[in-house]
Amino acid sequence: MSEKKFIPKSKFGQWFDSRLPLLTLSHHLSDYPTPKNLNYWWTFGGILTFCLIVQIVTGLVLAMHYVAHVDHAFESVEHIMRDVNYGWLIRYVHANGSSMFFLAVYIHIFRALFYGSYKSPREIIWIIGMLIYILMMATAFMGYVLPWGQMSFWAATVITNLFSAIPLIGESVVTWLWGGYAVDNPTLTRFYSLHYLMPFLIFGLVVLHIWALHIPGNNNPVGIDIKKPSKDTVPFSPYIVVKDLYALIIFLIIFAGIVFFVPNILSHPDNYIKANPMVTPTHIVPEWYLLPFYAILRAVPSKLGGVVVMFASLFILMFLPWLDTSKIRSAVFRPLYKIFFWILVIDVIILGYIGANPPEGLYLLVGRIATIYYFVHFILIMPILGFKEKTIPLPISISDPVLSNQARTISNR
Amino acid sequence: MLKKIKNIIKILFVYSFIMIFANNSIAAESLDLLKNKWSFEGLFGTFDRGSLRRGYQVYNEVCSSCHSIELLSYRNLSENGGPEFSLEDAKNIAASFEIIDGPNSDGEMFARPGRLSDKFIKPYPNVQAAKAANGGAYPPDMSVLVKARQGGANYIYSILLGYEEPPEDFKLEDGVYYNKYMPGHNIKMPNILSDGLLDYADGTEATTQQMAKDIAAFLTWASEPSLEARHKIGFKIILYLIILAGLVYLSMKKLWSRIESK
Repeated sequence: MSEKKFIPKSKFGQWFDSRLPLLTLSHHLSDYPTPKNLNYWWTFGGILTFCLIVQIVTGLVLAMHYVAHVDHAFESVEHIMRDVNYGWLIRYVHANGSSMFFLAVYIHIFRALFYGSYKSPREIIWIIGMLIYILMMATAFMGYVLPWGQMSFWAATVITNLFSAIPLIGESVVTWLWGGYAVDNPTLTRFYSLHYLMPFLIFGLVVLHIWALHIPGNNNPVGIDIKKPSKDTVPFSPYIVVKDLYALIIFLIIFAGIVFFVPNILSHPDNYIKANPMVTPTHIVPEWYLLPFYAILRAVPSKLGGVVVMFASLFILMFLPWLDTSKIRSAVFRPLYKIFFWILVIDVIILGYIGANPPEGLYLLVGRIATIYYFVHFILIMPILGFKEKTIPLPISISDPVLSNQARTISNR
Repeated sequence: MLKKIKNIIKILFVYSFIMIFANNSIAAESLDLLKNKWSFEGLFGTFDRGSLRRGYQVYNEVCSSCHSIELLSYRNLSENGGPEFSLEDAKNIAASFEIIDGPNSDGEMFARPGRLSDKFIKPYPNVQAAKAANGGAYPPDMSVLVKARQGGANYIYSILLGYEEPPEDFKLEDGVYYNKYMPGHNIKMPNILSDGLLDYADGTEATTQQMAKDIAAFLTWASEPSLEARHKIGFKIILYLIILAGLVYLSMKKLWSRIESK
């Protein structure tokens, strides 16, 4: 970083900072030069950090009252809803918090896709981000199992059974995961243990994610490298802090709207029926944020194939920085990529819709086409587009849009 | 300003999209239920005390012979946001039930009158007994029934009013009844409600529809005793957040004007 070396004012500060540079760190964080043209899509990083903290804090309180036992889990959740002071609030915030967390993370990911934030020199930030996303899904899935309703139980059964597709050792792996021959108490207790652990792993990765971000600094809507600090940047505090705060409050209004007025709209009514291994629900569906992957899983006729393709659909994202061959970051200057970006967004939404419906007839066909397109986008379109696309000339700096207009007219001649 | 409005529209778009999506994904196979105008719906919705009290009477005199509400305690009947019986009335209600307690110091179980802290008594000691007494069907516990059914209170209301003569080509087995709103139209619960089945303590005329409405309201409260508190707090919090958003927005504009004027 091209910042001036920071020296604490007080003697004690200097003494302390030379031993543990916390003051230097906090100075770096508040002074961190940020592109001044960041739009509201960039506020979701802060929102996500907030979501993680909310989940950890509310989860901590829930863990004080929750009982991880097949005979008591369902009742203990209702005990929280009824007998714990403001327990209903804490539980609804935690349950809907996961949905809001995923909403924010999807916006965050698609923002990175649109503005090419995963490209050099930010590949590591992107990969850590993907690891966070995968851990989030695992955590959310395990959390969904804990209330021990019908959907909890059957989601756990379906998802853990995926591992039985592994050749030769599949069955043993599943038995090992369950801690028995069916989803039962040992499964519930280990899911609880892991559900408590994983948020802290996510937290650790978030620290790395931000650390890695602070080496090259933020990408920006124009997608060009900028000098830092310069007239193109503003210090993180107070400019970005206040903007993030404003966006966070708007986000909270939506969050509160769901928690206080439609707290069960995103969950399935069947999860208020206590888990019963003898009764299978008509449709077993995961939470909305996992639906696109559920659709991909079911699009493939073989079980092993479905599992492989589903995991591939996640891991392919890790290679995105190298699959995308274009040197231009921002889609603003890539007219063709811009179109394909929106097609991908629609494709993922279609996959989500398919995931919520039974895999038959037209749903299955559309699901298969959407799955194929998903892979075509990353494996064919992204690499080819980098070579073929005619891009719009980039401005020289964020502060000089006039110059960029001149550049554009020159190139047009 | 125009940009701000555009941003808000974008956010609203994403928001409404999720709502529609969530609705669609769950409502995949819902039947057209009867829809009642419930007092507890909407942003300021509260329960109608009279209806909840009548609903409790219907539960106590009719439903409770087969259905349990394991998660309610007698104390809940006098708590805020519920039927709000007086403490005295709730005590009397509790005391009218016989609770098996124990073991005492001699190792014997004994019967005693109910207290406020007791859970609602169950009609059957266990699921098997309930099934045995009901032709193999288990009358579900009604503690969270409204939350566990697509359509919520409207579902309960519709089922209770949905008994009809089966169409001629519809084959019904013995001990099974035809219900318009039940998925599959087969229900093992007989048509229990009829006009004048009971005498409401508050003098309201006990029509079938009235009873269906009252019990659906009562069960909604049983599923969600914190509903009123939730609505009240939610309104205040959102109002607070909107004001805060306005203040933060103005501070942001003030701060950033230094940058933008450069």
